[in-house]
Amino acid sequence: MFSYEFDWGVLWRHPYGQWMLNGIWTTIHLSLLAWCIAVMLGLVVAVFRVLPNRTTRFIGGFYVEVIRNTPYLVQLFFWYFAFPTILPEATEKWLYNNVPDLPYWTGVVCLGIYTASRVGEQFRAGMLSIPPDQYQAAFSTGLTTYQTYRYVIIPYAIRIIIPPFTTEFLTCFKNSALTMTIGVLETTGASYLIDSYTWHGLETTTAATVVYIVLTLSVVVFMAWVERKIYIPGMIARKR
Amino acid sequence: MTFQLAAFALAGGFLLGIITGLGRLSTRKWIYYPATLYVNFFRSLPLILVIFWFYFMVPFIIGRPLGDFLSAIVAFIAFEASYFAEIFRGGIQSIPQGQVMAGYSTGLGYFNTMRHIVLPQALRNMVPPIVTQCVIIFQDTSLAYVIGLKEFLRRTSLVDARELRSLELYLFAGFVYLVFCSIGTIASRRLEKRGFRR
Repeated sequence: MFSYEFDWGVLWRHPYGQWMLNGIWTTIHLSLLAWCIAVMLGLVVAVFRVLPNRTTRFIGGFYVEVIRNTPYLVQLFFWYFAFPTILPEATEKWLYNNVPDLPYWTGVVCLGIYTASRVGEQFRAGMLSIPPDQYQAAFSTGLTTYQTYRYVIIPYAIRIIIPPFTTEFLTCFKNSALTMTIGVLETTGASYLIDSYTWHGLETTTAATVVYIVLTLSVVVFMAWVERKIYIPGMIARKR
Repeated sequence: MTFQLAAFALAGGFLLGIITGLGRLSTRKWIYYPATLYVNFFRSLPLILVIFWFYFMVPFIIGRPLGDFLSAIVAFIAFEASYFAEIFRGGIQSIPQGQVMAGYSTGLGYFNTMRHIVLPQALRNMVPPIVTQCVIIFQDTSLAYVIGLKEFLRRTSLVDARELRSLELYLFAGFVYLVFCSIGTIASRRLEKRGFRR
């Protein structure tokens, strides 16, 4: 029944150990880069969606609906396999010849675009959750628009936004595993690759599991610390 | 295939989710901790990894390969149950404590209080997030692609390999998912609005 022979050595034996470490490192910077794109793009989308202008609202809403209602994997395949074929041939050639690590960059951009739709919604919820009284109170005490945002609205908004953002970042981080399907060797991809060389999938997958849990937990702990650090007593009721 | 997978994942995840969700609310430590561990464990992993894990793990435990479809289903159920558990916990916790006390004070036991007082109210609150979760499950089934299961996306890429019409095919795949998921999203939004009116 237990005909499987454990060989944990595959995790650090040359060259597999190096692959694994590279994979972990790739996971980290891939999701961080994608997160940067997502936050910037998400902010734009959120602003689009709250502006009193029908066109921008429509564009923002359309973007969010389309991206959120298609699986990330389909989008990834679309950008990687299908999108380059509609570009002019010269651009397509240039893309394949001159961009090192094309799968990686596709993964970053695509993950960024995907996460942006979710982040945008969180931004919007954060903006809408600030009562208008806050603006009126700030203006009536004689603050300028800039000061209102700098000293009243943004400090308020950041604290509201942090918990959902932690969740979104973790989702982004976990979604980075899907880039393995277009050939990026991040943690999951590396563990699968090692498996295909050594047939020790159980060990490598377990190792990848541990890596994800450790990384997720450290993010959660760190964000909980940040939340406590910037918590203003009595300002926002903590839900517990 | 995609629908089958989604349906199984939904049904199994739902049941296991109720049990785990109730476990998360238990005051008994030996129930609470395993349930919490389970939920946090699966929630901190990418689904793709869970699928791989079951793909490798199950043959090792039962001694023979289980086949793509079954191992994918097991992975989905285990994974989605952790998310459903959190929805249930949220829903049940949204019921004021007074309701539970009232139930106990009229002489109902734990099971009857849950069955007749808490769950009917909680389920109503839980409908929108559950529908949203269904949409997510439907999208997630595309991940079964990685272990070679011939669901919708795998079919698409197989056709693509023969016909080399990536653009049309992936646009079409995206469109199909978009249609089905939009139905879900719109349904959940309407249910949410109706809930407020009640």
